[in-house]
Amino acid sequence: MARVTRHIEISQSTPSIGEGGHTGDWRSSRPVFEPSTCLAVKQGKLTCQICWAYCPDVCIAQGVPPTVDLDYCKGCGICAQVCPAGAISMQPETAHDP
Amino acid sequence: MSSTVVITGNEAAAIAAKLARVQVVAAYPITPQSSVVETLSKWVESGELSAEFVTVESEHSALTVCLAASTVGARTFTATSSNGLAYMTEQVWWTAGARLPVVMGCVNRSMAAPWNVLNDQQDSMSVRDAGWIQLYCRDNQEILDTFLQAFRIGEQLNLPVMVCYDGFLLSHTVMPVAVPPAEQVDRFLPPRPPGLQVVDLNDPRNVGPVTLADPRLDAGGVLHGGYMEIRHAHQEALLEALDIIPAVDAEFAGVFGRSWGGLTWEYALEDAEVVLIAAGSLGMELTLAVDELRNEGVRAGVLGIRTYRPFPAAHLCGKLAGRSLAIVFDKALSYGYEGPICTDLRAVLSGRAGVPKVFGAVTGLGGRDVTAAQLAEQARCAIADADAGVCQRPTTWVNLQRTDVTGQSESTTCSGRE
Repeated sequence: MARVTRHIEISQSTPSIGEGGHTGDWRSSRPVFEPSTCLAVKQGKLTCQICWAYCPDVCIAQGVPPTVDLDYCKGCGICAQVCPAGAISMQPETAHDP
Repeated sequence: MSSTVVITGNEAAAIAAKLARVQVVAAYPITPQSSVVETLSKWVESGELSAEFVTVESEHSALTVCLAASTVGARTFTATSSNGLAYMTEQVWWTAGARLPVVMGCVNRSMAAPWNVLNDQQDSMSVRDAGWIQLYCRDNQEILDTFLQAFRIGEQLNLPVMVCYDGFLLSHTVMPVAVPPAEQVDRFLPPRPPGLQVVDLNDPRNVGPVTLADPRLDAGGVLHGGYMEIRHAHQEALLEALDIIPAVDAEFAGVFGRSWGGLTWEYALEDAEVVLIAAGSLGMELTLAVDELRNEGVRAGVLGIRTYRPFPAAHLCGKLAGRSLAIVFDKALSYGYEGPICTDLRAVLSGRAGVPKVFGAVTGLGGRDVTAAQLAEQARCAIADADAGVCQRPTTWVNLQRTDVTGQSESTTCSGRE
């Protein structure tokens, strides 16, 4: 892996995916979608997407249903709070450990 | 050819900033600094200085403007004093940690309370730990010359430099100053080289993001330091300044014919057994005290601290090895302990053989006049104590005049010790 020595004397970052590190490691609970409740799934089209709009870490991709990038999702739970259909629940990370 | 003019220290500072072709000045007025930036403001208005002068509502904003301008590459200047510096404190740290070569004049003034606009060095000493280079000047020529050196030093190391000089004693006192021609300064001080901060619209960066404890790999696989690695690099740059400051001073001497000693300066030091130590113009007063002591047969000399941060530890050890007594005159106090230079010097000499005893004296707080006679008397008392076998003693207060509740007054020139 290339180790660049340029400007490591100061703190800086570039706007790119994963620049802040593997922030999915921070998560203690993860959002789980219930497709049968999701408005987009029920209507069969790209609608609602409120979870996508509210995710502060740009970890939700638009879709039917929207999908979460668990590599970087910190598990803040905002998507579950804003979902008008209650289709997203936050489940303890321990339940998903291998 | 340089022209010699009779000017105040503040005018010397303003002229230096103009000669350095500063691009952004942001400042808020405070006594005794105000006339530095008032002068610059006048020159910007008249077109004599091609710079942005940003008027702000506080010192905090003044330094914020400077650090922002410096981030995008501008040569940046400000000046302040006392409570103004205290109000800047957050950004004093930010500027240093972001490694921005802002040059700031600190026209030394006491800290409130009680309210007092006169000189001591408590203001700059109180931010000595923030990671700036601190240079102390002894006269108005040195002020002009040190500001020019400060830009070179700071821009080479990506460090901010605080040029400190005594309020009123220098800031408002006129003396002859040789002002070099602009072309000569341009040869010594070319435009600011690119800094650590990258300003490239095709390669946008977030400068100064949250930095966690541990190093991290960025998305491109580049290892970035955590907080400690970045702070270590900062410390390394400051220690490198111990070589760069004398080198720049030597180069300055080659161009302008004046050298200020780099880290320290000295007077009658070569054969001195007793060394009187101070930063700033107080050192000049010490030279007069030394003349008095030498007339009495005391082998005394002066070691003036020019560079206080980074602290020239090894250099001071070399200068003080083999002496019998060092007396440090601080114009500041770490309240509850002792003068800051005294503490630092004790730490440097601790555990070494063949080094002098160190006695500390606090003097000149809040503009209290300090005379050569008082300093010489302090030295005599210290020498007597040392000869009597005293190794350590409490800090003495020079020329303290107390009145107790019964109206009895007591004046201490050197009886403040126990």
